[in-house]
Amino acid sequence: MNPSFNSFHLSRRALLRAVGLGGVAWLSPLTHMLGQAQEKEASQAAAKSVIILWLAGGPSQLETFDPHPGKKIADGTGAIKTSVKGVEIAEGLPQVAEVMEELTLVRSMVSQEGDHERGTYNLKTGYRPDPTMVHPSIGSVICNELPVDGVDIPRHVSILPGQWPARGGHLGAGLDAFKVYDTLGRAGDMTARVEPARQKNRLAGLKRVEDAFARGRRTDLDKKTTLHNATIQRALDMMNSKQLGVFDVSKAPARTREAFGDSNFGRGCLAAVQLVGAGVRCVEVTLGGWDTHINNHEGQATKNAILDPAFAALIRELRARKLLDETIVICAGEFGRTPKINGLGGRDHWPKGFSLALAGGGFRGGHVHGATDPEGVKEEPKDPAKVADLHATVMHLLGIDHKKEYKNLPFDRFGTLSEGNVIKGLLKNI
Amino acid sequence: MVELLEDQLPVAIGSVGIRPIEANHLAVAYSPLYICFLDGYVSFGHWATATMKALEKIVSPLGQRNLLFAAACILGLSVVFSNLLQSDAVTPPRNHSVERYQNPEFRDVVERLDAEFVARWEKEGLEPAPPADELTRIRRLSLGLTGTIPSLQEIRAFEEARVFHAGNQPPPNDHIQWWLSHLFEDRRTSDYLAERFARVYVGVENGPFLFYRRRRFVSWLSDQFHDNQPYDKVVSSLITAEGLWTSNPEVNFFTVTIDENDKKNKNKPDEVKLAVRMTRAFLGVRLDCVQCHDDRLNDRWLQKDFHQLASFFSGADMRSSGVRETGKSYEYKYRGAPQGEVPKKVPFFPELLPESGEPRERLAAWVTDRENRAFARAAVNRIWALMFGRPLVDPIDEIPLEDTLENPYPPGLETLVDDFIAHDFDLQRLIRVIAATRVFGLDSKVSEDRVPLTEKHDQHWAAFALSRLRPEQVAGSIIQAASLTAIDADSHILFRMARVFQQGDFIKRYGDVGADEFYALGGTISQRLLMMNGELVHERIKDDLVSNAAARILATAPDDEAVVEAAYLAVLSRRPTREEVQYFAGLLAQKKGRSRKDNQEDLYWTLLNSTEFSWNH
Repeated sequence: MNPSFNSFHLSRRALLRAVGLGGVAWLSPLTHMLGQAQEKEASQAAAKSVIILWLAGGPSQLETFDPHPGKKIADGTGAIKTSVKGVEIAEGLPQVAEVMEELTLVRSMVSQEGDHERGTYNLKTGYRPDPTMVHPSIGSVICNELPVDGVDIPRHVSILPGQWPARGGHLGAGLDAFKVYDTLGRAGDMTARVEPARQKNRLAGLKRVEDAFARGRRTDLDKKTTLHNATIQRALDMMNSKQLGVFDVSKAPARTREAFGDSNFGRGCLAAVQLVGAGVRCVEVTLGGWDTHINNHEGQATKNAILDPAFAALIRELRARKLLDETIVICAGEFGRTPKINGLGGRDHWPKGFSLALAGGGFRGGHVHGATDPEGVKEEPKDPAKVADLHATVMHLLGIDHKKEYKNLPFDRFGTLSEGNVIKGLLKNI
Repeated sequence: MVELLEDQLPVAIGSVGIRPIEANHLAVAYSPLYICFLDGYVSFGHWATATMKALEKIVSPLGQRNLLFAAACILGLSVVFSNLLQSDAVTPPRNHSVERYQNPEFRDVVERLDAEFVARWEKEGLEPAPPADELTRIRRLSLGLTGTIPSLQEIRAFEEARVFHAGNQPPPNDHIQWWLSHLFEDRRTSDYLAERFARVYVGVENGPFLFYRRRRFVSWLSDQFHDNQPYDKVVSSLITAEGLWTSNPEVNFFTVTIDENDKKNKNKPDEVKLAVRMTRAFLGVRLDCVQCHDDRLNDRWLQKDFHQLASFFSGADMRSSGVRETGKSYEYKYRGAPQGEVPKKVPFFPELLPESGEPRERLAAWVTDRENRAFARAAVNRIWALMFGRPLVDPIDEIPLEDTLENPYPPGLETLVDDFIAHDFDLQRLIRVIAATRVFGLDSKVSEDRVPLTEKHDQHWAAFALSRLRPEQVAGSIIQAASLTAIDADSHILFRMARVFQQGDFIKRYGDVGADEFYALGGTISQRLLMMNGELVHERIKDDLVSNAAARILATAPDDEAVVEAAYLAVLSRRPTREEVQYFAGLLAQKKGRSRKDNQEDLYWTLLNSTEFSWNH
């Protein structure tokens, strides 16, 4: 029994490097760099932002993007034609069907996580839960890799956050998604409670207290440990920013608002468009309630009624504002639902062969990737797509090298931005 | 009539602990109160004007007789409220006994601990920070053990007790020990410790709906801590738990691992999850890293170490009478080998494992054996982390089994472990010993004419390192700062309900760190916005004589300087400096377009938004 030595962890990294030099030396560095340069070129003028429509609880692929009409597993759920010939989606999404030419459907997502929390972690971070560290969500990775200037508002936002909003993980809580609970009015406590003169009074007092507290303490305390005053300053900048208006959809034209549907989720989607337009990197908008262990069809239909106008209007609005090419849209939940209907008319968790929809940012519109067994017998779908691959693909479209190695991971761990591979078939330009 | 009430109430409601607490007899004064249930949380505030207007609206169409009925209702409510606002003085601890720590043996262990840290500081060439004042130390203890700051009333009681002691010239640590006696008798302490330990034992998730009752588990744990049950007994009960999760709450340690969706192992507690939890929580060992393969890097653990340990739990299965030992075996398929039964073996100290008995009883005996020091080390490290805001060995659940040159133990660890074992795993004793050490009492600042503190001081415990308060500590402290008396389990149900609702919403927005126990990074913009502009702070500082300390202090303190002092004590648990008194008393007196009430609200806002409030220091 040899206790663990830190030096051993270090030497692992060195070892891996050595292996890299010996075994696959011909790939690096020159070939690798060339490859990278090529990738950069391919993704020029490509995606800048990501909007994630998070369907918490696990939407049923059979009632959304992967219907099998007339089959036993459909259990009566029909399909409708879309704007793309030969592609059908479930009957509950007529408006989404009309914008199918912009969508890429992946019908063969596979993961190993059938639990809500673990599945959410997996989808949002691209990694399986690891007891030794918390991985950053995709939005945090993007913000970290692609810093933006001139944006006072947070670059990573979670509208109507559910139980597990996107987190910065080992990149730090500073990259946690900024949570917004209301897109009409006092969005995220961003207005001072008192008039300017009193606010000034309060802050002047605060400076006194802060100065007194700093006296005799570590000089790098605020900079390295608490970030307290730095964060307060950033919060104040935000409160005073003109950009703050993008959180509020009440001023958008009535017709636009109506198109998104009369729901908090719909309004959240409109806010997401406004945010992306202002330079925000990643917005997640959550619609919960897809966990239909009982009365699946009814539950999914209720949620589809909210999703359908919001998702379709989101695509149209992005297109109208010429933002669709630079904005990746991901519509997904933590897993799908079983082909088999259970005793209560519900469907249970199903991480094998579930669906998600992608759009914009260089994804290939009107395309379907993968297929599930119409009889629900074979568990493995055709052309399975791993969660990590999805992350690698999204990063690729943003011009981020997903194979880049993290520095300063906890406990001298070794890790890359993503452990997946780009799914070339999903891209508009290969 | 309304005018009259507005003038008289502040005087009538007085008695709020600016001076040592007076009893409160003025039931009638509270009649113009009402409770409104808004958005699911109870807010009782606003009085006089609003109430009377509302009452007129309700009452006038209903006629005079109904007015009488309404009055009767209000009188009833007022009785409830007067009860609820009754400010009992802090009862001195019933079981405070100086023999517990005024004995050579206690002093000896503290001295040895101090010497070990001094040696470290000398070796590193560090001059330690001076001792922190007592109020700073009791704040640390309250935050660490109850999850909130001390109330103004408790601080007054503490200072009174100190005066009483001063005559006999007791050693300086006595006040802190008295404070610990006070905390140990308070249900808040065991409740808070239970919640913190429950996060380690069963996590924060909801668990399987049918078989898991987290609240029962936490309250069982709280009972164990409140009675100061030996820690080895508590852990043995968890490992050997049997029966129904409702009547035997410790069984929830098992049932939380059930996966209701797993059709193959219908409702069987998961031995793998149990093994992970057990090794981390009870032994400070991370065996789960070898769940899938051997530890190829440093040959420390083998994959079979993990599965052989998990095998002890395989017999625990769900029967109609709850979790029972069924003798079921554990099968696993190692790579390149056929699936087979995994024997029950422990990864280290095999000689401590009893040869016979039920598997989980053998395992419990091995885990809690006095010779198995990993068990005591894990407990010491966790208690230390609760008190300091960071563990002695980091990460908290990865403590080397041996003290080696490459990975030496920190000062204090083995001495505390020895003492903990020698005193039969007495958690309260352990806390008392740590609280009595010099290292716990160090300040987080030095005088300005000295060499300033550095990160190295924090690293070697030569100063008290700042640690971020957890979301529920922040929420609890805001609510506590807004009340002059301690909000504890003895509080009225309405207060407790209010606290639960307000705290829940706040924590959700502030960002619960979940099971990530000691997360050292700085705060976020969302947190600052929530503190500056959010609902909870706004509600707790506004001018409201019934619910908020800010207003009550203003109404009862004899002068502005006393107002500032009371606000500092209630929010930051310390007295203001002379400059601070001058500055804020000056602001209070300032009349330019603002009322005194506004200025007091602003003072409270300022203090709540300081680094000092949001960090343990």
